[in-house]
Amino acid sequence: MDRIKGVALTGAEIVIRCLQEEGVEHVFGYPGGAVLYIYDALFKQDKVKHVLVRHEQGAAHAADGYSRASNRVGVCLVTSGPGLTNAVTGIATAHMDSIPMVILVGQVPTHAIGLDAFQEVDTVGITRPCVKHNFLVKDVAELAPTIKKAFYLATTGRPGPVLVDIPKDITTMSTEFLYPETVSMRSYNPVTKGHGGQIKKAVQLLLEAERPMIYTGGGVVLSNASQQLTELVKLLGYPVTNTLMGLGGYPATDKQFLGMLGMHGTYEANMAMQNCDVLLAIGARFDDRVIGNPAHFAQNLRKIIHIDIDPSSISKRVKVDVPIVGNVSEVLDEFLRLIRAGAQKPDAGTLKGWWKTIEEWRSRDCLKYDHTSKIIKPQYVVEKLYEVTGGDAFITSDVGQHQMWAAQFYKFDKPRRWINSGGLGTMGFGLPAAMGAQMANPGATVACVTGESSIQMCLQELSTCKQYRLPIKIVSLNNKYMGMVRQWQQFFHGNRYSESYMDALPDFVKLAEGYGHRGVQITKPEDVEPALRDAFKRKSELVFMDFLTDQTENVFPMIPGGKGISEMILSEEL
Amino acid sequence: MRHIISVLLENEAGALSRVSGLFSARAYNIESLTVAPTEDASMSRMTIVTNGSEEVVEQITKQLNKLVEVVKVVDLSEAEHIERELMLIKVRAGAKEREDMKRMADIFRGRIIDVSDNTYTIELTGAGHKLDAFIQALDASAILETVRTGASGIGRGSRILRA
Repeated sequence: MDRIKGVALTGAEIVIRCLQEEGVEHVFGYPGGAVLYIYDALFKQDKVKHVLVRHEQGAAHAADGYSRASNRVGVCLVTSGPGLTNAVTGIATAHMDSIPMVILVGQVPTHAIGLDAFQEVDTVGITRPCVKHNFLVKDVAELAPTIKKAFYLATTGRPGPVLVDIPKDITTMSTEFLYPETVSMRSYNPVTKGHGGQIKKAVQLLLEAERPMIYTGGGVVLSNASQQLTELVKLLGYPVTNTLMGLGGYPATDKQFLGMLGMHGTYEANMAMQNCDVLLAIGARFDDRVIGNPAHFAQNLRKIIHIDIDPSSISKRVKVDVPIVGNVSEVLDEFLRLIRAGAQKPDAGTLKGWWKTIEEWRSRDCLKYDHTSKIIKPQYVVEKLYEVTGGDAFITSDVGQHQMWAAQFYKFDKPRRWINSGGLGTMGFGLPAAMGAQMANPGATVACVTGESSIQMCLQELSTCKQYRLPIKIVSLNNKYMGMVRQWQQFFHGNRYSESYMDALPDFVKLAEGYGHRGVQITKPEDVEPALRDAFKRKSELVFMDFLTDQTENVFPMIPGGKGISEMILSEEL
Repeated sequence: MRHIISVLLENEAGALSRVSGLFSARAYNIESLTVAPTEDASMSRMTIVTNGSEEVVEQITKQLNKLVEVVKVVDLSEAEHIERELMLIKVRAGAKEREDMKRMADIFRGRIIDVSDNTYTIELTGAGHKLDAFIQALDASAILETVRTGASGIGRGSRILRA
């Protein structure tokens, strides 16, 4: 790497040089007063490419989608004040899902801080609860070391977004540029290797299980451990389920996979969770959308082994018997080594009985829906999307019913192909995240499964897609309702559809055309597959597919809020 | 249950707000919080008195440890420890009350550190309950002002919290 030693650079130039040193290829951003010098430095080089979004929320989501789809750090650059506040939703989204991101923010000059200057906000204060860490740079000599720390913090331990607030005057001051090779912080030393004794204990417990269950989350994807997970599951012959964030961590087409678990998880996955005697939880955090009511979950006795890089995720909602703090991939390597080295194998007879029970649960066919309908069923669209893309697309989603159907019906065999806002549940995430995924994987098939409500929350990014010729396929399941809100109102609020119906929707075909894209509306089931086939043939065009779907369709199974994991409502029960 | 937690953290701008923000964001109790730099000026030592079940206190220590600027966390109440709090209390001390007030301060080993025609300011150090007891022992109408620091804690003997 060419390193300019002893040459004085301005703060703005240093910012860009740091990005180059980190190997950053794309920055998603939007210029403004406080970052003008940084944009000027960006203009004078061509290693770091800037992607101009149409709203800072889009920049944060795009950087987030970029990271999820590529295992690289997503970077965004926004100006002070409203630039930052617009990005906050995207930063909080990344934080909830532990996505490594670096957010560079302009700030008013140091002498103006605290004086209610134009476009001033307390960026560090506003973002403190929704970042892994943040910094305000007060000395140009600290700029490069701080950016180095930001990348280090974002990618190590439990990953997350790290923000660097850079006052405008710092970007004009000069200093010698030296990019540190390494970072050492006495207050930050994340554990990566699991405790040997605990791992031994866990393996023993696992091998002696009569009704074992393996439950994995986003931690498997983030630590790139799906290979090890697959080997472990195969070696043991145990059933496995993934959380919404963990989909793709284990191949969904494999017969040991019981589907997603949780509020809209499969009957078999939830029943196996509730009735297992040994539960191995890997990179998952037992959240409220996964296990429902923790008191109900605790009614059945089971031993729980929990592997997580974040000690605070362990025993937070559910008491754990064997905690293992460490990087999932390193811990699973150790599991595999121990099991292969030992003579003990799971008892085949006992396991057979457990599988028989599971197959009975599976035979309930909990995801069944009406295939004879004359109205397009949203599930059918996702099934056809899966077929047409050969199961090999990057699928982003927004939030709501369409998100659940995408998670249930698109079988993800590989990690990092399913990109959604699981923790924060951010409507508007899908389209900008798809831009990031496409930027990270040029030439790959990228589709955004969305709804008519969600898509309107970051719709302006259709313009960005045009500017960068991103051939994203938008699969909009249009039921004219905020579907998930409508579903809850139907089930729990006496069919009072308070403000969940959207009148005066735009003509999405014309809208897509207005942005320079191709738009199609699909109204009949028989047109679903041809429309998808036609769209995915168009390798260089963004196609907006407006599917008019059944307005009354609901997502099943469903665990009502506050209920236990095995207290599901199934479609036939309604 | 009451717990007294000691935190060693980087002495940096904003570190305190990260800790207090954590407590409010996660709805943890803070009974008192004291903080000041240590003999190494780059580090601060904080004492937090909190209330919560064992599970909540376990989460508190884990969440504190997760903060990037936090170097070490220890729950002092897990073992032998000492805690002290300082109180400055201004009381009415006219000709009538003067003698009584002086005697009361002596009983509690307080020191009178400021005197005026009508007032004493008494400095009192001890565990929180001793300070409470002093306040209880006084006639409420005699108390003009109280300032308390909140508890500072340290482990007994060779139990040492260092970076």
